[in-house]
Amino acid sequence: MEELTKLTLVETLEGLEDKKFSTEELCVAYTQRIGELDSKLNAFLTVNEECGGIPVAVKDIIVTKGIKTTAGSKILETFIPPYNATVIERLFDKGVGVIGKTNCDEFAMGSSGENSAYGCTRNPWDLERVPGGSSSGSAAAVAANLCVFALGTDTGGSVRQPASLCGVVGFKPTYGLVSRYGLIAYGSSLDCVGSITKSVEDAATVLEWISGPDGKDSNCSQQFKLDRTKLKSGVKGLIVGIPGEYFSQGLDKKVKEVIKTSIRKLEALGCKTVEVELAHTKYAIATYYIIATSEASANLSRYDGIRFGGARDLFGQEVKRRIMLGTFSLSVGYYDDYYAKAARVRTLIKQDFEKVFERCDVIVGPVSPTTAWKLGEKLNDPLSMYLSDIYTVTANLAGLPGLSVPCGFADNLPVGLQILGPRFSEEKILRVGYVCEQVGGRKLRPDVQSYSTSGVE
Amino acid sequence: MKTRQRQHEPVIGLEVHVELNTESKMFCSNSTQYFGQTPNIHTCPVCLGFPGALPYTNKKAIEYCIKIGLALGCEIAEETVFERKNYFYSDLPKGYQISQYRWPLCRGGRMVVKNKVGEEREIRVNRVHMEEDTAKLVHQFGISNSKGATLIDFNRSGVPLVEIVTEPDFRDLAEIRDYAKKLQQVMRYLGVSNADMEKGDMRLEANVSVRQVQSSKFKVQNELPKYRIELKNINSFRFMVAAVQYEIERQIEALEKGEKLVQETRGWDENNRRTYVQRVKEEATDYRYFPEPDIPPIEIDKDIETELRRQMPELPWEKTERLIQEYSLSSSQARVLSETQEFADYFEEAVKVVNSLSLSLSLSLSPVRIANVLINKKFDREQVLPARFVEMIREEEDRPGVSSEELEGAVHSVIAENTKAVADYRKGKEASLQFLLGQVMAKTRGQSNPVAIREALLRNLR
Repeated sequence: MEELTKLTLVETLEGLEDKKFSTEELCVAYTQRIGELDSKLNAFLTVNEECGGIPVAVKDIIVTKGIKTTAGSKILETFIPPYNATVIERLFDKGVGVIGKTNCDEFAMGSSGENSAYGCTRNPWDLERVPGGSSSGSAAAVAANLCVFALGTDTGGSVRQPASLCGVVGFKPTYGLVSRYGLIAYGSSLDCVGSITKSVEDAATVLEWISGPDGKDSNCSQQFKLDRTKLKSGVKGLIVGIPGEYFSQGLDKKVKEVIKTSIRKLEALGCKTVEVELAHTKYAIATYYIIATSEASANLSRYDGIRFGGARDLFGQEVKRRIMLGTFSLSVGYYDDYYAKAARVRTLIKQDFEKVFERCDVIVGPVSPTTAWKLGEKLNDPLSMYLSDIYTVTANLAGLPGLSVPCGFADNLPVGLQILGPRFSEEKILRVGYVCEQVGGRKLRPDVQSYSTSGVE
Repeated sequence: MKTRQRQHEPVIGLEVHVELNTESKMFCSNSTQYFGQTPNIHTCPVCLGFPGALPYTNKKAIEYCIKIGLALGCEIAEETVFERKNYFYSDLPKGYQISQYRWPLCRGGRMVVKNKVGEEREIRVNRVHMEEDTAKLVHQFGISNSKGATLIDFNRSGVPLVEIVTEPDFRDLAEIRDYAKKLQQVMRYLGVSNADMEKGDMRLEANVSVRQVQSSKFKVQNELPKYRIELKNINSFRFMVAAVQYEIERQIEALEKGEKLVQETRGWDENNRRTYVQRVKEEATDYRYFPEPDIPPIEIDKDIETELRRQMPELPWEKTERLIQEYSLSSSQARVLSETQEFADYFEEAVKVVNSLSLSLSLSLSPVRIANVLINKKFDREQVLPARFVEMIREEEDRPGVSSEELEGAVHSVIAENTKAVADYRKGKEASLQFLLGQVMAKTRGQSNPVAIREALLRNLR
């Protein structure tokens, strides 16, 4: 039965098609594995015994009808949504079932998973380390084969970064390609539903399933069509931009080496690389933390304990910090210097990318400046925690698609390669991701089975 | 009072909220019918502000708002943006209201109103914008020892609301009354709102201040007072007018005593018939407006504007003007007939019927005559077709009726017997004339022609 949980989504679909196994057998296999391993990982907040489909793990910030959805917060500890997110409905149409809801930083605010009110998720590669965040449980669950694939959300890197730190594929599509209806809002103009999968082809499949116009999300208007032959057509002749800003100070040496090696492999496969400039990258973190928190300060106002959930004192420290930040940024006397200025810088960042994409097809660089760090390491230093999002927030600010593909290891910890492209260039990005995955060689999974019962805590 | 008013004049601006009568709410597909409904039946994750829910814009509401803007002579924005207005209140499920601030749908219109001496004055409309209504709080008072409770009915939450903001151009209550009446008429003509003030379809807020009337030698008349009193949460038009009147007098009195007035929000205490302070300036809320990220900016295509312009009905004041021109009606007749579209249509339909008659038959039935009968005769227009109505006038004419001497006699005795009604009429109470007319009709056993009675009455009352 363990073999079943190793299959990618594409392999699983083939197996089901060929009647090699049934959906029920799949659910049993995954439920069993969750039962065996999740006490170590704390990836799941809720396990759904009545999965009834191809098992997907869903970040607990995406609402599921009848299944408790907490957003990683105490304030929603008892919240059972009366409706499904659009992405959930679309997955149901494809025979997918929710095997469980995964742990995450409270309201997706965090880069390590440590801001969950329900305890931190552990990195399956090293239980003493963070899995990244905020889609911590989703990334850990996929890495440990606790589900066929997972949904996460990405506001500033929350799908790509944990995917990178856990050695799985994380894909954040173009803003507006996937409906946000039912995604509990953090920074509405940045929030994106993304996938965490065992392979790039899986990511393409999931995107095809969940994308497309939704009358319930006014920003969602486009459909992604997957063309498998194109996906596997190689990268010959593609121009890859390498932004100097993504390789400067702060980037771990060993991570840098792994990324450089991947770039050389891409060149060997026929890509042309060019140096590009993203001049406003240095303002990205500040811009992101003003816009995201401003929007969050309004988005989180609805938690007043009147219609659902508990009182506002149940918010965690980081959530309170961001509500305060955002409230100040929007206040009279601060608005022009903070929110309005950040909105202008955001436009400049967008223009940076537009200019760069006149010269290249995609941009390649690291996802995270480091590999997974030790639990607690950055907990008392929110600024250094914020800086770990440096390479990912720009895609959210510009609304671009971004893919994180496992490309190697540094000190036995996975490193992800980030591929960014112009809006709605998903197909190109996936093509590059696909070859990276192929030349990455061994598709490694952490040896979770070897965790000794006494090994953790 | 007279001398006072000469030294001080009120400066008043109005904010009117109009609830649109679209089928569905502003940002979700629930019914907008909340009046008299079981609480909380027209709700969904969107209008309850549930986690994950997003607004999707009601296109019809946007069109209605544009129509209102067009009727008021506004300029329609090429691009309009929704913003979030942040504040906490238990009737506001999201903790913010989706409204408009920097980029309203319509800007810069006007409305001509009559002041207390019957002069026409132009009121400038600053903006017309789109927003959503809040839920409705129902306060239950405790019985004996039990505590009271406040219940929330979300049926109203998210009903489309248009806010019409004027410049502080009103100078007396007559202008306010006329403005409100005309606005109501416009809404009904456009068919965008029932505009029933008693049901809360149309709600007024007023900013009232007073200033010294400057002599015309120094023309700095347009300087606004440094303070203003906002009259809010007054749920009846009658109370609002009373509150404005009270405020004008209170403020003049205060200024005359040399007191300094400050910015504050006041409500109306109907029991004591006076306004009271609800909030002073120091506590004024910072709404932290910012563009609503869930709704992309809306572009108003010129074609859409053109099409909506094409769909515009004849507006009340246009209709009045046309009725005067086309049928030689008096301006008061024309105004009464154009009070509703239905009334004016009925009149024009009746004239058409008359015009289709032979010349000899139609000769005595002039449009002025038709208008007169229509205005004075009380009958259910829904039950009587215009053709039948014309027939009725003719039948009355054909009736043997009473001799003019007999009628004259009846009029004389009715005037003698009803001194109070006569006095009332002379003081300007129009309804008294109707009463006297009824009395004459009774005396002549219903045999005389109402138009003839009216003429005789008027002649004798002059």
